[in-house]
Amino acid sequence: MNLLSFTAPTPTPVWYLLLAAVLFSIGATGVLVRRNPLVMFMSIELMLNAVNLSFVALSRVHGDIGGQSSVFFVLVVAAAEVVVGLGIIVSIFRKRPGATADDLALMKG
Amino acid sequence: MAELIVFICATAMVIVGALGVMLRKHPVHAALSLVLTLFGIAVHFIALEANFLAAVQVIVYAGAIVILFLFVIMLLGVDRTEDLSVEPFLKQRMAAPVVGVGIAGLIGTAIIASRGLLGAGPAISENGNDINDLARSVFSDYVFAFELTSVLLVIAVVGTVLLARKLPSGPES
Repeated sequence: MNLLSFTAPTPTPVWYLLLAAVLFSIGATGVLVRRNPLVMFMSIELMLNAVNLSFVALSRVHGDIGGQSSVFFVLVVAAAEVVVGLGIIVSIFRKRPGATADDLALMKG
Repeated sequence: MAELIVFICATAMVIVGALGVMLRKHPVHAALSLVLTLFGIAVHFIALEANFLAAVQVIVYAGAIVILFLFVIMLLGVDRTEDLSVEPFLKQRMAAPVVGVGIAGLIGTAIIASRGLLGAGPAISENGNDINDLARSVFSDYVFAFELTSVLLVIAVVGTVLLARKLPSGPES
């Protein structure tokens, strides 16, 4: 076997989907492990990005632009979610500095 | 060969950044690791012929959302390190790796079992102008959802202003 004539495999959509699965599980573990609400938010962003990657990979599989349109809407919803979530976090931290997610079991301020 | 190298480098960026978000003690370091992950995802988008989404990913996520995170971290002064070794919910800490590996295993098994259906299909658009097709799709098939996102954004902005506003305490303010 001639090693010099090694043909490199080109990445298929399956590889991207597996990467998205790994990224999603890292994000889910991050939400469970971390207690700082801001870092929990970042882990949620990781999960959203994993889903976006799956959407784009499946759009490549089917040759359909609809998956990319869905990613567009996910981006908008993620932006709105971050704005509202950070607003809530700012108003909570203003009353209780140094609060972790465990201290916030009640929605009551 | 070049595609393989790009895939490996971008995947390394994504995984290292994601692990950084999960494990770095300092919130600022976690936010900067998130930037690394988002750039890796943008490279993957370009490799998957989603050029417009890659640009939007960099501008909106890495440009706006992470800056918002950093701004809130600095503004609130919560940039002290978090001690990850003390855990009030020990069961949750023990369950977290199980949940993570379980999710990855389940989804990965499903993907590998159906890999015969997941070959690369026909190219979405010739000569790489995916922005035309995306615009046609968003403004024709999904135009109602597009209008609803404008309502969502207005509600989010108004709600955030109401949430973060200091209530007037006295008659003079």
